[in-house]
Amino acid sequence: MAVTGYERVLHVEEQGYSTEHARRLEEMWESKPGLRGFLSSVDHKEIGIRYLVTAFGFLIVGGVEALIMRVQLARPNQALLTPEQYDQLFSMHGITMIFLYALPVLSGFSNYLFPLVLGARDMAFPRLNAYSYWIYLASGIFMYASLVMGLAPNDGWFSYVPYALKAYNPGPNLDFYALGMVFYGISTTVGSVNFVVTFLRMRAPGMSINRVPILTWGTLTASVGNLFAVPSVSLAFLMMWTDRQFGTHFFTQDSGGQPLLWQHLFWMFAHPWVYVVVLPAMGLVSDALPFFCRRPLVGYTVVVLATVTTMVLGFGVWLHHMFATGLPFIALSFFSAASFVITIPSAVAVFAWIATIWTGRPVITTAFLFFAGFIAMFVVGGVSGVMTAAVPVDRQLTDTYFVVAHIHYVLIGINLFAVMGALYVWLPKMTGRLLSERLGRWNFWTVLIGFNLGFFPMHILGLMGMPRRVYTYEADLGWGTLNLVTSAGSFLLAIGILLLLVNIAMSLSNGVPAGDNPWDAPTLEWATPSPPPPYNFPVVPMVASRHPLWEERLGETEAGHSELLRGPLLADGKEALATSGLDAQPEAILKMPEDSYAPFVVTLAMSVGFTGLLLHEWWVAGAGGLGVLAGALVWLWPEASLGQKAEREA
Amino acid sequence: MSDTVHLQAPLPTGSVGKLANGWFGMIALVATEGALFAYLLFSYFYFDVQYGRSWLPDPLPAFRLSGPNTAILVVSSLTMVWAERAARRGANGRAALGIALSFVLGLVFVGIQLMEWKDKTFNYASSSYGSLYFLITGFHMAHVVAGLLVLAALLAWTLLGYFDARRHAPVSIGALYWHFVDVVWLCVFFSLYVTPHLR
Amino acid sequence: MPLRPRTRWTMDRIALAAPAVVLPRHALAAGLADAPMNYVVTHGLQGRAVTPLLWGLGAISVAVVVIISLLVVVGTLRRRAPRMHLPSDGQMPVERPEGGLSWIAIGVGVSTVVLLGMMGWTATTMARIARPPTQPALTIDIRAQQWWWAVRYESGDPTRILDTANEIHIPVGKPVEFKLESRDVIHSFWVPALGGKTDVIPGQTNMAWLQAERPGVYRGQCAEYCGQQHGHMGLVIVAEPPDQFEAWMANQLASAKTADNGPVRAGQDDFVQRCGICHAVRGTLAHGVLGPDLTHLMSRGSIAAATLPNRVAYLSGWIANPQTIKPGARMPTLDISGPELARIRGFLETLK
Repeated sequence: MAVTGYERVLHVEEQGYSTEHARRLEEMWESKPGLRGFLSSVDHKEIGIRYLVTAFGFLIVGGVEALIMRVQLARPNQALLTPEQYDQLFSMHGITMIFLYALPVLSGFSNYLFPLVLGARDMAFPRLNAYSYWIYLASGIFMYASLVMGLAPNDGWFSYVPYALKAYNPGPNLDFYALGMVFYGISTTVGSVNFVVTFLRMRAPGMSINRVPILTWGTLTASVGNLFAVPSVSLAFLMMWTDRQFGTHFFTQDSGGQPLLWQHLFWMFAHPWVYVVVLPAMGLVSDALPFFCRRPLVGYTVVVLATVTTMVLGFGVWLHHMFATGLPFIALSFFSAASFVITIPSAVAVFAWIATIWTGRPVITTAFLFFAGFIAMFVVGGVSGVMTAAVPVDRQLTDTYFVVAHIHYVLIGINLFAVMGALYVWLPKMTGRLLSERLGRWNFWTVLIGFNLGFFPMHILGLMGMPRRVYTYEADLGWGTLNLVTSAGSFLLAIGILLLLVNIAMSLSNGVPAGDNPWDAPTLEWATPSPPPPYNFPVVPMVASRHPLWEERLGETEAGHSELLRGPLLADGKEALATSGLDAQPEAILKMPEDSYAPFVVTLAMSVGFTGLLLHEWWVAGAGGLGVLAGALVWLWPEASLGQKAEREA
Repeated sequence: MSDTVHLQAPLPTGSVGKLANGWFGMIALVATEGALFAYLLFSYFYFDVQYGRSWLPDPLPAFRLSGPNTAILVVSSLTMVWAERAARRGANGRAALGIALSFVLGLVFVGIQLMEWKDKTFNYASSSYGSLYFLITGFHMAHVVAGLLVLAALLAWTLLGYFDARRHAPVSIGALYWHFVDVVWLCVFFSLYVTPHLR
Repeated sequence: MPLRPRTRWTMDRIALAAPAVVLPRHALAAGLADAPMNYVVTHGLQGRAVTPLLWGLGAISVAVVVIISLLVVVGTLRRRAPRMHLPSDGQMPVERPEGGLSWIAIGVGVSTVVLLGMMGWTATTMARIARPPTQPALTIDIRAQQWWWAVRYESGDPTRILDTANEIHIPVGKPVEFKLESRDVIHSFWVPALGGKTDVIPGQTNMAWLQAERPGVYRGQCAEYCGQQHGHMGLVIVAEPPDQFEAWMANQLASAKTADNGPVRAGQDDFVQRCGICHAVRGTLAHGVLGPDLTHLMSRGSIAAATLPNRVAYLSGWIANPQTIKPGARMPTLDISGPELARIRGFLETLK
């Protein structure tokens, strides 16, 4: 069926979702049913939903870990957990939430939404997309295997050396983490490549760079950040692993090793990472908040610039995690100043949201409530961060519960609040059914109160001198009452999250049908049915404004009218349109790959390889490596149907 | 920025040179791999600054093998430029020859580098310098080997007649990677071999 | 150990510290007043510069949160739209009112000015505490290790070098310099009432200085996670008037008074045999360096790195079964018989 000439003029036609043409597209694009389809699908929507489900799975596991710790800490001198158990729990809790939940959940939204908001049929690299998911899942299982055996990482998510080295940590605990992070880094990297190229190449014609929905800017920025940040942590963990297993001397205190180098490499990654796990969430809010304020976002351009600036500056503040390590005065001053300055772009975003609410006509839905709560929590996490920018103050605050409060206001306030709001907005697109607004209110208020009850007192515990990572504390230190409050709040927060899950379950079984555009929102995904068909759009939409579905009402028609059902057909097999990076002019017709087992198989081979490394079974590792090579060769082998080979038969 | 969408001109279909997503993907990959080497060299200079001359081995890294080897890698990049040009003209024979030359030169590089490793008086576990020297050059070696595998595949595909003047994106993409491996070596060479003699 | 009057707490300051909106004020006040590790009220010279900065930044932070939250709430309720019909019928109006950008301009402008002010305040504070105002009266080497603090008072005169552990006495009103080294992993030296943290990193020597402004017993704690008993790696600084400090010093420099026979001597022999590999008591044959120097154990207020009060019952419990009290601690649970334990304890009680 596929006719691959060297070039072709686009055939423009009017086509809807219930035409013969659409039926043919559906046949071409849909995955096989059953397990075969499950293992081979490259549909970005399928993959996006898997990301979301898996990330929520990890969120729940990480949450249960937190609750167990909160029971231990609720009263002084409790012995529910041994110190070692506590250490493993807090380490896995951090690893889970920061790596296995916070970015993947946003990748889930981005994967699902990128092609839909950009007016494309799929991501730039559909198979790579599947691969990044499988690697994420496999690396998550790899790291969790340790907990099942009671040998989980026990040195916290930042695993300072030399405690993480073999001399002090002889078990395999840290090997699971070190290798697991190298493994996980592959997922993040290929996922980021995919988002960057999709952003640059896969936008609907006419969607010039100033008309792109902000959520893609957030994810683009975070992805570029990842490309430059992730190598640092992968390298650091590899060095840790060789120090542990082969006697190298990167971080040892003898033979010229430098324990502090670990901290540099780790924070050069981990500080940008903080922005990586919030910028896409901020993007979701910047896009969805206007739906409910019935007006476009105030200051699109400055918000985009602020997003990019935050990421750039984010690479220049890593030292503020190391203010107490004995650095020279000049370094402290510089990084302190940089840490103050990085607040300014965040202020831009906050005031843009406030202006959008203030000058709009807010419709108070559950999603809106989550976004409003998000802004307030964002500010709490922001100002506590500013306090830690002041070196002398930080040397009191750091490594106390004040910092624990701060990181949770950042990660829950800026990530989870945005994610929950975004679920209320976009889950109906994914499932075709609305969530209950009434249960939503309960959900929101329980989460808001539980969260603040659970985490606000941690600021005060920090000011009262409670250090992080203590498995228990003496009664005479005076931390008992607030710890009890905190524990109670954490359970209330858990109930709130449970309400969200209940709401989702009820919506799936008998929610109100959402229709195409339940929020009367302006962007392209809302022009598709809910859920969208595998091919997303029957014709490639042509975009003439930033708000294609609002442009008539806003009078944004100086550049013409967007065309959603009349455009290039692209139906000679699985095809997509590549457009230019800045002004989104059509440049090429891309042949998109069919479903493929290669990503899954390569992931399996890689899992075998990493397991071999963990167990020191070098032949197993080698076999895994060979499997990866063979799989990659099959994957990359030029195919005529993808337009990768010279035409012969023509 | 243009406000109207141009739909009349014929568009290339499939995977075409620098319009292929793979080209952009490779640029992104090169960026992240470049960052990896930047962190490696950061680590190197971090130690260098902490300890000064005493950290470096005695004698300092010599140019006897590394100098010619650098030249060999640079030449292999040039042959790859030539091969890619030929591929763009559809001259498969010359393209195959160029790729094969690059492959062989790459192989020679690996061989000489192994000799260089053997000559070292220290190993990866003797000091942080040794650890870092072997990690950096080892990482580069791994990239060369990956590049050789890429070149081997490209050679096979070229010989199988998969490419013509319009369809040769894999050659361009593979060439980009190979040039990257070359440029990174220049950075590594400058850091590990040249800068110790400059202090 | 001489006890000092507890510092008075000013309740209004406490109330300010707390986002009293969220928590009942009395609970908070009660909680804070009993927190010896707090650093919102400090007693060191550094705190004179740093603590106001902490309060200032805290107050600005609370103000910012309140203002922004109010803006969000008022903005939401002010022009609230009528309920949206769900799913939407596409009839909700959409508009683009002007004036939004000035919000960003003003908001960011004000934020920037405030931030610059905070930056300036921070920079001057940093400069003020960078080094002690006068030459340090005393240099104390701290060697941190899992999970206690070895303390050595330096002196040019070898007879005045003093080894002790976990409880550091310093003279009030004089800067004291600390040389921080680690025997194993990273720790962090922290006595909140007197100053901020300084990490103790193997392979490097970090310096810190503290000056207590009033006599008192100040609790400290390791602040960098260092393994299983990180939570029980406490220390105590006892700041006392110079004459008392000198008296303490003189007593500490003396070797232990040992008996030649009798039950105390028996206890000493048992101690040397069972404990002397790790612990030292000057004047006896116990010369171990793996554990704390116990020469004047009974002069200390607490044992096991400020984990337990130094009372006979706790001491016995600790010797008999340290692994229950501090699981993972380096001190092993020895198979000590009851009479043996009693003898050792009897000997330790003489180490005044």
